[in-house]
Amino acid sequence: MDNLGIVLAALGAAFAALMAGMGSSNGVGTAGMAAAGVTTEDPSKFAKVLILQALPGTQGIYGLLIAFITLSQIGILGGDSNISVAKGCLYLAACLPMGLVGYFSGKHQGRASVASIGIVAKRPEQFGKAMVFPAMVETYAILALLVSILMITSIGGLNI
Amino acid sequence: MAVLQMQRISVTGLKKDRKPVLELIQRRGVIEITDSLEEDVVFHKNDVSTGKSVLEKNTAAAKDALQILESYSEEKQGLLSMLNGRTELSTEDYNAFSPKHDEIIRIAKRIVSLEKEVAENNAEILKLEAQIEMLSPWIPLDIPMNFKGTKYTASFIGVLPQAQTLESIYEKLAEQTPLNVDIISTSDEQTCVFILCARENGDSVSEILRSMGFSHPNTIYEKAPQEQLEILENLIEQSKERIRKAKEEIISYQKDGDDIRFLFDYDTMRAEKYEVISRILQSKKVFMLTGFIPNKEAESLSEELNQQFDISVELENPSEEDDVPVLLHNNGFSSPLEGIIESYSLPGKTDIDPTTAMSFFYYFLFGLMLSDAGYGAIIAGACAFGLIKFKGKLEYSMKQSLKMYLFGGISTIFWGVMFGSYFGNIVDAVSGTFFGNTLTIPPLWFFPVNQPMRMLAFSMLIGIIHLITGLFLKFYMSIKQKEYAVAIYDVLFWIIIVLSSVVVAVSTSMVKDLLGLTFEIPAIISTIAGYLAVASAIGIILTNGRDSKNPVLRVFKGLYALYGITSYLSDILSYSRLLALGLATGIIATVINQMASMVGGFGIIGILLFIVIEIFGHGLNLAINALGTYVHTNRLQYVEFFGKFFEGGGRVFKPFMGHTKYYKFKEKTNNG
Repeated sequence: MDNLGIVLAALGAAFAALMAGMGSSNGVGTAGMAAAGVTTEDPSKFAKVLILQALPGTQGIYGLLIAFITLSQIGILGGDSNISVAKGCLYLAACLPMGLVGYFSGKHQGRASVASIGIVAKRPEQFGKAMVFPAMVETYAILALLVSILMITSIGGLNI
Repeated sequence: MAVLQMQRISVTGLKKDRKPVLELIQRRGVIEITDSLEEDVVFHKNDVSTGKSVLEKNTAAAKDALQILESYSEEKQGLLSMLNGRTELSTEDYNAFSPKHDEIIRIAKRIVSLEKEVAENNAEILKLEAQIEMLSPWIPLDIPMNFKGTKYTASFIGVLPQAQTLESIYEKLAEQTPLNVDIISTSDEQTCVFILCARENGDSVSEILRSMGFSHPNTIYEKAPQEQLEILENLIEQSKERIRKAKEEIISYQKDGDDIRFLFDYDTMRAEKYEVISRILQSKKVFMLTGFIPNKEAESLSEELNQQFDISVELENPSEEDDVPVLLHNNGFSSPLEGIIESYSLPGKTDIDPTTAMSFFYYFLFGLMLSDAGYGAIIAGACAFGLIKFKGKLEYSMKQSLKMYLFGGISTIFWGVMFGSYFGNIVDAVSGTFFGNTLTIPPLWFFPVNQPMRMLAFSMLIGIIHLITGLFLKFYMSIKQKEYAVAIYDVLFWIIIVLSSVVVAVSTSMVKDLLGLTFEIPAIISTIAGYLAVASAIGIILTNGRDSKNPVLRVFKGLYALYGITSYLSDILSYSRLLALGLATGIIATVINQMASMVGGFGIIGILLFIVIEIFGHGLNLAINALGTYVHTNRLQYVEFFGKFFEGGGRVFKPFMGHTKYYKFKEKTNNG
């Protein structure tokens, strides 16, 4: 059981990438269906709806980011990989905000994007406003990202 | 800098001058026509819908013709050519076109009908080919397919199901001799046969054949199949020839493309003019139009009109009730952001133009979120290239976007240098992988990745400055509106409470440790700030419910208003996205560099892979982070900043002008 620490930490990294990626793919997928519908009617709106479709994609990237800094902190990508069980648990905990919030915010941001794509379909000149609604949801993914980053970068310095 | 002052303009002229006057106004594009005047016994509005619909049909034909020409054109438009704006033409060119007008319409319509002919003939060919397909099993038959027999013989030409051999057919018909059976062709599904028997046996043979599943062919020609085949092939050839000729003729019109484009614009402009004509008042000899014109254009336009025509131009200041349209005017640094304002909302009656105040923050925040010198250089470089290469040809809106990203890119370079980010840590990666000793460009300020709390504190500081600026603008607006109560109770108190709370907060040891602040706030200042915070809080409780007469209700409303302090807290925390997005760019870039370094050590192939991963990875990272940065910069402006002071609701100034696609006939280019 000596290696349990690193197992827990890697589990956390995988969790962050997994959940956030799932949330984003769900969101981007839903938005993509709406975007495809609008493009069928009016191909000239492609660029605008594509931007709206891409908005829920950031959670997946944040998840990847958290996974990557966790992996590099715990030495899986080279370096000392000797992690105590307590630290392993902490890394796992640090990955939870990004994973869970990433999943749910990605999903819901996708739904906000669908609604905003509806705005662009009917009133393309209101694109600026349409973009803000999905961005409001993203705030919470950013906050979760921030908490996860701050936790992960400070765990290394703890003496446990 | 400001919302342009508008004036009401009314132009009254002789009807014979109507066309040139309207054309002049259209070319100048500075008057928004309003239909505020009522019809009466003398003045009427004309119905021009028929004329307009003819013009709209013309433009539709021109549009179709251009699409057809483009599909036949060999030269492909380069990606950069979209930066080429409309070609500018003089008034003389415009007037010289009208004799050619009808001829060009004829050509455009001809192109459309030729394309229709091509399509029809293509359909015809498909139909003929299907017939050949049906005919092909019968080719070896050398008599017409409708041959029914002679005086003494009966003939059966048709299809039996599945593949049959000659023996099996003879076997079934053995009793019906004399008999001749020819198999024309066989396939897995069917066998085509020609059976000849004595006429008196005809009925019984027919009976037996029916029991075998015999059927007559679907289509029967009067000619022998071989001859029929030739006829069909001939028809296909003719259709192909017609297509070839039509295509040739279309291609021969390729040289008229420019004229057709001109026609499109010409009739678009005329349709817009008709639209205006339907809205102006006319009597037998006189026409009148009213509208709004920016102050600075008013003098020169009325002078020009007076010089050229016998006309009366009256200018007056708009009244309070007038719904005056809004046109922003800013210097070259801020004007690229007018579009951002417009997509939120234009300043309403009581608003000031927020563009200048916003522009500093906009570029600042954009750079801070992307914060990589390499990415900034790419963005700024690409925009500068576009601006210089296509100088003078760019459309106004395209030029503004390029300028906006140019300034954003420059700010990104600045922050990249401050935070030591050049494509992430590409210098470290390249030197470490290929030269063995890792070099690092030190940041001018600090590495946010190493000191995230410091960066967080900085982000929130930016946020506080941004929000307080918004509040000051509100203060200024209220003073200008002479609403001193609002200025003091709703704005000044809030500025004081936010600032003093921040001072109190950063002097507590908890916040100081959390953010890693090193400076010491003198005890006296934090005490004063504490008192100020309490005083302004009491002020807010006492005044913010001033709408209510009931003193108890008033205090409760005031307390509720004070609860609004939480929204300031969340607004300030919202700026933590500056840290998060900045870190995201930097760390993903570092990940890409690290992946590239992993393969970089393996000789030539390693170097090539390194380059491919770097280009692809950084391209992707730049695209996705530039999008995120753009969206979140807008969000911070729209939600946090504008929320503090900006009312919006202004109406866009829509001048009467030619919304052309290919050419512009304006004498001056000042917008759109």
